[in-house]
Amino acid sequence: MSTLVIKDLHVEIDGKEILKGVNLTINTNEIHAIMGPNGTGKSTLASAIMGHPKYEVTSGTVELDGENVLEMEVDERAQAGLFLAMQYPSEIAGVTNADFLRSAINARREEGDEISLMKFIRELDKNMEFLEMHEDMAQRYLNEGFSGGEKKRNEILQLMMIKPTFAILDEIDSGLDIDALKVVSKGINAMRGEGFGCLMITHYQRLLNYITPDHVHVMMQGRVVKSGGEELAQRLEAEGYDWIKKELGIEEETEEQEA
Amino acid sequence: MTVELNLPVTVQDVRSFSEANGEPTWFAELRTAALDKAAGLDMPKPDRTNITKWDFMNFPTHTVVSEELTSLDALPEEARGLINLESQENLYIQRNNTPAFIKTSQELADKGVIFTDMLTAVREHGELVQKYFMTEAVKVDEHKLTALHAALVNGGVFVYVPKNVVIEQPLQVVFLNDNAEASLYNHVLVVAEANAAVTYVETYISTVEEAKGQANIISEVIVQDNAQVIYGAVDVLAKGYTTYVNRRARLARDAKVDWALGLMNDSDTISENITHLIGDGSHADTKTVVVGRGEQKLNFTTEVRHWGKNSNGHILKHGVMKDAAQSIFNGIGYIEHGATKADAQQESRVLMLSEKARGDANPILLIDEDDVTAGHAASVGRVDPLQLYYLMSRGISKAEAERLVIHGFLAPVVTQLPIEGVQKQLTEVIERKVR
Repeated sequence: MSTLVIKDLHVEIDGKEILKGVNLTINTNEIHAIMGPNGTGKSTLASAIMGHPKYEVTSGTVELDGENVLEMEVDERAQAGLFLAMQYPSEIAGVTNADFLRSAINARREEGDEISLMKFIRELDKNMEFLEMHEDMAQRYLNEGFSGGEKKRNEILQLMMIKPTFAILDEIDSGLDIDALKVVSKGINAMRGEGFGCLMITHYQRLLNYITPDHVHVMMQGRVVKSGGEELAQRLEAEGYDWIKKELGIEEETEEQEA
Repeated sequence: MTVELNLPVTVQDVRSFSEANGEPTWFAELRTAALDKAAGLDMPKPDRTNITKWDFMNFPTHTVVSEELTSLDALPEEARGLINLESQENLYIQRNNTPAFIKTSQELADKGVIFTDMLTAVREHGELVQKYFMTEAVKVDEHKLTALHAALVNGGVFVYVPKNVVIEQPLQVVFLNDNAEASLYNHVLVVAEANAAVTYVETYISTVEEAKGQANIISEVIVQDNAQVIYGAVDVLAKGYTTYVNRRARLARDAKVDWALGLMNDSDTISENITHLIGDGSHADTKTVVVGRGEQKLNFTTEVRHWGKNSNGHILKHGVMKDAAQSIFNGIGYIEHGATKADAQQESRVLMLSEKARGDANPILLIDEDDVTAGHAASVGRVDPLQLYYLMSRGISKAEAERLVIHGFLAPVVTQLPIEGVQKQLTEVIERKVR
């Protein structure tokens, strides 16, 4: 079993503190969902764990099986087993999806032990079919000109090809129609199991109809303010966030949009 | 005579070179008249690059004699990789100034296609050459370097595709430079008559560390009504050359030219690529990629000039600059009065890999007609940190991520080159230069 432990994490962007002490522990074989209103730091948490260049961790720790993740470069974090499905994936012209994926897979292997082309193509074909992606997506340039839904599917394709220990999915459901949401969920559910842990960030309970979380957390004002099981998500869907604010005595919700 | 003082050769030199080649009188006279003009003409003035201190004149010798190649196995490895030895049917290899190998298919001969070295063409196809040689696309007296080129031509290729002839397989040309003393005054003349189609791919490759000569290269591409020419070029000339390379096309009605230029010289280089869209409905697609490194000084001008109605011109230029390389990217869309419904588009992007490198994208639209569409995009910047973050978040190292982004940035020309060996070589050259 692997464990990702986030302790008292404080994060700033452009000198403004967004995360004000986040605590969270995720084990493999668990799926966690983080919900919360806009601008409460959910995406900041995801970006800070992965090492986005704009986010500065001012205090706190993130440890993966005891290793200090925050001291690692972005690629080292990925090699250690972290994966972030991004809300806005970059477009990279001139680099085909297939070449990129092969580089990503081979980056995890020793020199001389690269994945064989045949095996790679077999896996790619299989996963693309599973995600109902058109076969020409492999030869298209990475995310270039992809629709919102295609980009999200492509993030899940990468997840399935790379097979990380922990995946963070940053609003993987936003902007998806119901068919695409089903496909994306199918991909995530296929990853579920012994060697895999997942942190899903979402605004909408709808995603949780397709992927049943083991734990649900609510973030407000840069902290995890409440945790529970699946029933917590259902109550949020039915009643919104006001009852939590009342229960915890939170006076006002931050007005800003998420970065 | 004092007028010859600023030139590298005398009129006697030119005459005796012409005689030794057995050239017809008209060509011998063209040379000597050009030399005469060269003395009085000004140097070209590439926009934003001052070349007054560049040495375009001096060379150790005008022409070197190299051994011919008895077989392709004798080629150095760098050149052999370019050629698919089994399937390439039409191939010309020039070694320094010597036509070293030529192979043409029976099919080409049967269709009346001419594919031969320039000096042979002058002797054997004089009438055709005379009609097009520096008469339509590039003029002898444009400036000192064009005139000097005409006087000193010592290599190149003539391609003539008769009316209605479509050549499927690319014609391949390799200009191999393995003698540091060699100067290259190559002239390429491609003529596609009405409804003809041809793909021409040339590679300049130096195997010498440092060259001592001049490279003054002109290509003229004449595309008649409804004909199509795809022109691919990869230039990898050694440092030490002062390179002037001028590739120009002139298009008749509904004609089409596609340029794919990988300009990878290690020499200081002035490159000019101009397409004249004379005929209505003519179309030019020009793609250029460049890598500059070291102390190189580079100027790349790409111009598409619209004369015909409904003419269409697209310019794409992507450059990568590292070390202390300095480069100017002039992109010019020029729409003449009367070229109604013309469309002039261009995109120039420069990626800077070091603090000391300089790259200026200089997009220019000159429009003398109201009823047209035009647009340009230009940018100069570093590798996007968010792109690197994205790639690295998949476990790819920073160095590899940068490599992927740079290769992707230069891919528009690589993917366009129609010969696999040439594609592969350009990729390798990019790899070597950006490392």
